[in-house]
Amino acid sequence: MSIQTIEDTKVKAFPAKPAELVTFTAKARRRIDPLAIAGKLATALVPPAVVILVLLVVWQVACSSPTSSLPPPSQVWNEAYDLIAHPFFDNGPQDIGLAWRVLISLQRVAIGFGMAAVVGVALGALVGQSVWAMRGLDPVFQILRTVPPLAWLPLSLAAFRDSSPSALFVIFITSIWPIIINTAVGVRNIPQDYRNVARILRLNPFEFFVKIMVPAAAPYIFTGLRIGIGLSWLAIVAAEMLTGGVGIGFFIWDAWNSSRLPDIIVALAYIGVTGFCLDRLVAAVGAFVTRGTTAK
Amino acid sequence: MTAYLKLDHIDKSFSRGGQVSEVLKDIKLTINKGEFVSIIGHSGCGKSTLLNLIAGLTNVSAGAVLLENKEVDSPGPERAVVFQNHSLLPWLTVYENINLAVSKVFGRSKSRAERHDWIMRNLDLVQMAHARDKRPAEISGGMKQRVGIARALAMEPKILLLDEPFGALDALTRAHLQDAVMDIHSRLDSTTIMITHDVDEAVLLSDRIVMMTNGPAATIGEVLAVPLARPRRRVELSSDRTFLRCREAVLKFLYERHRFVAAAE
Repeated sequence: MSIQTIEDTKVKAFPAKPAELVTFTAKARRRIDPLAIAGKLATALVPPAVVILVLLVVWQVACSSPTSSLPPPSQVWNEAYDLIAHPFFDNGPQDIGLAWRVLISLQRVAIGFGMAAVVGVALGALVGQSVWAMRGLDPVFQILRTVPPLAWLPLSLAAFRDSSPSALFVIFITSIWPIIINTAVGVRNIPQDYRNVARILRLNPFEFFVKIMVPAAAPYIFTGLRIGIGLSWLAIVAAEMLTGGVGIGFFIWDAWNSSRLPDIIVALAYIGVTGFCLDRLVAAVGAFVTRGTTAK
Repeated sequence: MTAYLKLDHIDKSFSRGGQVSEVLKDIKLTINKGEFVSIIGHSGCGKSTLLNLIAGLTNVSAGAVLLENKEVDSPGPERAVVFQNHSLLPWLTVYENINLAVSKVFGRSKSRAERHDWIMRNLDLVQMAHARDKRPAEISGGMKQRVGIARALAMEPKILLLDEPFGALDALTRAHLQDAVMDIHSRLDSTTIMITHDVDEAVLLSDRIVMMTNGPAATIGEVLAVPLARPRRRVELSSDRTFLRCREAVLKFLYERHRFVAAAE
């Protein structure tokens, strides 16, 4: 290509006419469009609704024979209607709605998981910050975290001599490991620049923890918390089946002992929905708290 | 004038796995109050290490850093650093980033309203008051660096340390920020040390240019005074004879007498 042709293409590359002014009509567009919202809702809700409907039909067909060992959905609906329709009834000590039982279990999770969150973040910060704490504690954590939740139960029953603190302990010990490990990774990944800023400002260890470490490690911490709350919900149902008393786990065990299979199925639905909500709740809190944290 | 900052026969070596590598050897330098000093040298010559020593982020192996005759052995807000990559905390807004420094340094000596005024004054100084509620991710690289400078200035440091502050910026933004730094320096008369590898930048901004030899065991090869009157204007200076002579002197030092040897890396 000769210089002349290059210059020609350059000249041609310029726009033939000046750019047109575009007036913004953003205000007009911002108006809420009910059709668009309905469309979005439909795309989000229709596919799962169809799948659930198909599953219910398959289940109904599969369990309809009189010799079937499990109840079909129609039988569940008829026999456990009280439980489905009235989650908040209260007819005395052992005859309460499933929502109450779920709330009792949630309360235990809140206490056990809350303690695990506080202790886990603190221990994780220690392990992430100090090389010697990591060398000493990390192998212990790695071994203990593989112990299944219910394996702790006999030991905690022996130690606390009461079912309620034992259940709390099982939640605590189940959910603390992912919190510790993720926090430690997050703290170890704090950029040196942030540490230098803290050193120049002479932040004391507490200020460093609150103002630099927790926000900088927040995405990791919330990953740990999210795994932890899932595990603690798994653990509480199992623990309550064994410790008895109140709670959704005990309700299932009780229903099994009195052969109320439809009740068990309703309880399972409650547990699943609650676990889903818990997971989303922690994820939402995490997304709110960590906004901007990961952005460079 | 008495020495404000004194680098007294500083050696710095790092040891890793029994191997000792000497980075800096016998650094001697005195800096007066209000002076603007640039430190220039090829990459790997230890100029950032030298700045970290002055900041107190690392400790000297031998010798001493003396600020107003007191030995520097730990970092502190009286030696504020503007980092190359701004180092703003991404979860805080521009205002909160500066507030973190101001409330730590002036938490006891200034009232809440005074601190607010002080933050806004420093934001005004770097012309960033309009972005006070933005997060670092929402502003451009040049703006982040302005906020980084405002944060450092808000600590009211005895010495302002600039660690290649404009290295990551494009040429036009860099020129704007150089003008801003010159303006701030003339207004506040702040003692400033800047690390750079840009010859024009060094000559334009500095009262003196400290030229480092190549590592290992780098030391100060030459110190060049820049006798240009302030305020300096880049367009006029581009044909000024003193400017060109200074520029040539630095270039000669860097590219003839201490040419960068790749093997030294």
